[in-house]
Amino acid sequence: MCAAADPSINSNGALIEVSGLSVYHGQLCAVDDVSFKVERGEVLAMIGANGAGKSTLLRTIAGLHQATSGSIVFNDQDVSKMAPHRRVTLGISLVPEGRRLFTSMTLEENLLVGAHYANKGPFNIAKIYELFDWMHDRRRQRVGQFSGGEQQAVAIGRALVTNPQLLLLDELSLGLAPIIIERIYALIPEIIAQGVSVLLVEQDVTQALNFANRVHCLLEGRTSLVGTPAELSSEEIERAYFGSHLSGYSQSSHGGAG
Amino acid sequence: MIWVNVLIQGILIGGFYALFACGLSLMFGVMKVINLAHGDIAVVAGYVAVFLAPQLHIPEVWSFIIVVPIFAVAGYLIQRTLIQKSIDRDPFTTLLVTFGFSVVIENLLLEIYTANGQSVNIGALIGDSIHVSNVIYISYISLAVLVTAVVVLAALQLFLSKSGTGRLIRAVADDREAAQLSGANYRHIFGIAAAIAFATVALAGIAYGMMTEFAPTSGGVNLLFAFESVVIGGIGSLWGTLIGGVLLGIAQQVGAHINPEYQVLAGNLLFLVILGVRPHGLFGKKTAFS
Repeated sequence: MCAAADPSINSNGALIEVSGLSVYHGQLCAVDDVSFKVERGEVLAMIGANGAGKSTLLRTIAGLHQATSGSIVFNDQDVSKMAPHRRVTLGISLVPEGRRLFTSMTLEENLLVGAHYANKGPFNIAKIYELFDWMHDRRRQRVGQFSGGEQQAVAIGRALVTNPQLLLLDELSLGLAPIIIERIYALIPEIIAQGVSVLLVEQDVTQALNFANRVHCLLEGRTSLVGTPAELSSEEIERAYFGSHLSGYSQSSHGGAG
Repeated sequence: MIWVNVLIQGILIGGFYALFACGLSLMFGVMKVINLAHGDIAVVAGYVAVFLAPQLHIPEVWSFIIVVPIFAVAGYLIQRTLIQKSIDRDPFTTLLVTFGFSVVIENLLLEIYTANGQSVNIGALIGDSIHVSNVIYISYISLAVLVTAVVVLAALQLFLSKSGTGRLIRAVADDREAAQLSGANYRHIFGIAAAIAFATVALAGIAYGMMTEFAPTSGGVNLLFAFESVVIGGIGSLWGTLIGGVLLGIAQQVGAHINPEYQVLAGNLLFLVILGVRPHGLFGKKTAFS
C-alpha cells in the first residue's frame, strides 16, 4: 500500500545517491564501499546484524560522521562535507537510535526545537498532534517520563516537523514491545503519502520486509544483498544477514528456517 | 537587631555573587566549560568602564550601556575561536586555555594599569544609604546591585524558558547531537551562551567597581565566590545560584561579625558542608536549565 504514492520515481534522478561510501571509526572500517540510491517516494530498508555498519551509514548521511571516501549526492548536490545542521535545512532528517530526546523539556518544546529551523512543507506541530492523537493532551509533560514507544513517537514527530524530503529512521523497534512497533510502522504509509522518502535501518527483518519497496543488506560493512521483498527468499536474506558460514551452520542445526 | 543587619548585608552581597556567577553557571551548563578567566573578564570590564568610557564622554555610572554590549560581542567571538578550538580537542584543554587566558589578562592589566586599586566613580551615591535604625544601614548602591541581579536572573530565566533561542540553548545543553539533527548549529548556540555569560559578568565587574575597589588580581577571589554560589545553589538552576549567592553572603557576614578574619572562612565552611551533604547543590538538577 505504500507503493501507491510514488508516481515521481525516475522523473528527475534519485533523491539521494550514495556512491562508494567508506567510513572508519579509527582503524576499524565500519562501512566499506557501499553504494545505493533512494528514489523519490520510496522506502529503502537497510538490514543487517549488529555491527554491520547500518547505524554508521545513516549517521554519515546525516553528517554526524565524516566519510573517509565516496560521495553522498542529495538532490544533485554533494553533501558529504556539509555540517549536520545544514543537511537538515536541505531536507535530510534523522531519527537517531535511542530516541535522543531533550529530556528536560516538555513534549511541545521538543517539537518546537525541531520546528525552529523547519523547511516549508506539509508538517507542523498541529499536524504531528493529528498524526499522534494522544500528544495534544500531554504536550506540557516532560518527555523524560514517557514510555519508550511514546518517546519514539516524539522523536519521529521532532524529525518530521523539520519537513524532510528524506527521513532516516534508525532502529525504530529497539527496546519496544511488538504491538508498539507495529503501531509505529503503521505510520510509514502516511508519512510517504506526504511526499517524504524513507531510508530505514532495522534488525527486525519482518518489519523491514513489510514496509520497504527495496531491501539492502549489509554484512560487516559491505553490501551483501539487494532486491525487492518479493524477489528475495528467506534463505537468501539469512545468508546475506549472517554471512554464508553462519547460515550453513544455522541450516544444519535448525533446518534452515528463515 | 545587629543580627538583622548581618542578614541584610549578607543578602545584599549575595545578590552581587549571583550576578557574578550566573554566566559561569550558564557556560558550564551549556558547553561544560569551566571558564577560569571568568573573574578576570569582570575585572577587564571594570577597567574599560574606568578608563575607556570617560574618553567616549560617557559618565562612569552609565558605562555599562556600552561595556555590556561590547563584552557580549567579545564573548561570542572568543567562544567561536579560542574556546571552541579547545572544546574540539578535549575538556582538559578548556581548563588549560581559560587558565592561560586568565594569566595573560592579569599580567596585561598589571603592565598597563599597574597594581593600583581602581573604582568606578559614581559620585555622591557611594556614601548614600537608607538608615533603617541606628545599627541597620542599607547602601543605595548595594541595593541597586541586588535589584539588578534579581532583574538580570529573572530576564535570563524567562529568555531560557520562553524564547526560541533560549529553547535551543537548553536543547544544546541536553543533547548537542540531537540539537544538530534539528537544524541547530551548536557552535553558534555556544557563542550566544558565551555572549550572555560575558555580558552578565561585565555588568558584575562594573557593579564591583562601584561597590569597592578592584585591582588586576581581583578576579580570582571573586571567581572562587562565584564557584561557591553555583555549587551551593546547584548547577543548572539560575534561582539556585541566587539562593547560593545569598547563603554564601550571609555565611560570610556572620563569620565577619564573629571575627573579621572569619569572613571568607565561614563562606568556605558553608560551601564544604553543602558539598558534603548535597553534592549536586540545593536546587541542582541532573539536566541543566530545565
